[in-house]
Amino acid sequence: MATPQIFAVHQRQTAARQHVARLENISKKFGEVQALLDFNFSVRAGELTALLGPNGAGKTTAIRLLLGLARPTAGRVSVFNRDPTNVATRMRVGAMLQVGRVPETLRVREHIDLFSSYYPNPLPISETLAVAGIAELRDRKFGDLSGGQKQRVLFALAICGSPDLLFLDEPTVGLDVEARHLLWDEIRKLLGHGKTVVLTTHYLEEADALADHIAVINKGSIMAEGTPAEIKARTAGKNIRCLTQLPVSLLRSFPGVREVHEDREAVVIHASSVEDVLRRLLNLDPEVSGIEVTSAGLEDAFLALTKDDRV
Amino acid sequence: MATASHAIRPVESINPPNPITICLKEAKYEFLKNLRIPMYSVSTMVLPIMFYVLFGLVMGRQMIGGVSMSAYLIPAYGTFGVMGASLFGTAASLASERGLGWLQVKKASPMPPFAYFFAKVTMSVVFSTVDVLLLLVLGMTFGGVHLPAVVTAKLILTLVAGSLPFCAMGLAIGYFAGPTSAPAFINIFYLPMSFCSGLWIPFMFLPKFIQKIAVLLPPYHLSQLAFRLVGTSNGQSQVAHWESLIGFAMICLGIAWVGHLRDQKANG
Repeated sequence: MATPQIFAVHQRQTAARQHVARLENISKKFGEVQALLDFNFSVRAGELTALLGPNGAGKTTAIRLLLGLARPTAGRVSVFNRDPTNVATRMRVGAMLQVGRVPETLRVREHIDLFSSYYPNPLPISETLAVAGIAELRDRKFGDLSGGQKQRVLFALAICGSPDLLFLDEPTVGLDVEARHLLWDEIRKLLGHGKTVVLTTHYLEEADALADHIAVINKGSIMAEGTPAEIKARTAGKNIRCLTQLPVSLLRSFPGVREVHEDREAVVIHASSVEDVLRRLLNLDPEVSGIEVTSAGLEDAFLALTKDDRV
Repeated sequence: MATASHAIRPVESINPPNPITICLKEAKYEFLKNLRIPMYSVSTMVLPIMFYVLFGLVMGRQMIGGVSMSAYLIPAYGTFGVMGASLFGTAASLASERGLGWLQVKKASPMPPFAYFFAKVTMSVVFSTVDVLLLLVLGMTFGGVHLPAVVTAKLILTLVAGSLPFCAMGLAIGYFAGPTSAPAFINIFYLPMSFCSGLWIPFMFLPKFIQKIAVLLPPYHLSQLAFRLVGTSNGQSQVAHWESLIGFAMICLGIAWVGHLRDQKANG
């Protein structure tokens, strides 16, 4: 086996990649609630695609459609060119979902043994434990583990079948910074082995750290798509805080202004082109005062991108 | 490196895993899982044994319905025990695994859905069998109960087979109960049904109107089949009892199916 070459091959090659999973023109309604609308999303082989959005945006719904846990109201879902509920498809897929309950009296190795048995070519249990970083927990009962340890076991269950496609639904929620970074390392290693990963998260930092491709989602639709650099460029900007007589609606209409909100007696203008906005502001309101210009944090910028007024 | 070779194996060479192996593994872990929950193993095994020791052995030589107390109570507590093992074994874990997302994780995996239910039923059957065996051992060793080997075998088979309708009932309850309310739900059915079927206070001492209700209750039918084997019963047709149990099981499976469809709709 030409092992060193495999690691080189995966490295972000620009050759055309296959789409391993797709949501085409998807609409999904739960009763009256439109969870997803005109949703088109595809996952390329060997990449980590992130679905980034606030809670309630529809990320988990999209994942559940791709896993065959829910059916679309309209549109088509395909995974490895087949229906996601097909057993042969499921044998190539692993999933880490947000769960409220995992049988607590079973030991970690027993959980892994059972899940591994569903797959045709699972990893040896010792290897699953090693990859998930939980080798020392193998004989512990699930109920005795800490939150972070439990997450790692769920991660182990997702990878134990050596799947080609991995779905991780908010995998680092509730983890401290160190545990989060450790999990990121493990995800990177998987990508190094040529796996395809779909990650949902509401942390821009996480999408930025791991993704080859980000789809920003809010209120059931994709707001923006691109590489992390492209998404960050769209959300980069600065905050201009000032006291002004100008109405918020006028400020919003300035070119280069992404969002304006009020902060007690002042306004905060989130702008992509600061100088243009300042020039216009000073021209239109000679009595403007208390001007402060600060860098917009990534999270503020992301919130601006997922605000209601979309172009 | 092993993981690299796993990453690039060709899809066509995969042999699907054997569903029987999966079913057995699923059952093995379901058994271990429940064995390690003190509330389950205690309430399904210890309680019937305790009742039997108190009422069956201590008062063993008294006669009732033509047989000794220690013989009479084996079918009674045997029925009570297999009912409990089946109801608590299936309903409680199904309700909580459904309600808190674990079932979705299983569903997203390649596990054959049948394996999940097979495991729950098998586990209940194993616990039921152990229950009945313990009662028999106690009765024969300390209670002076003497049954021919064939009758003993039939008694075990009858009670264990009779646990299956209660597994169906457990599934029906499990599909409608919430994650934490299942035990309460179970007891609402389990305890009154047991009482009105004559499992605690012998049937002949129950008020007439309760005796009339008993015919509608599955534990009554199962216990009557078992009572007949130890030499006492109300003399009704065996076939009628089995028919009632099977009919009951079918109704419960139907209810469970409705619950399953309801879940599917709710989950999308």
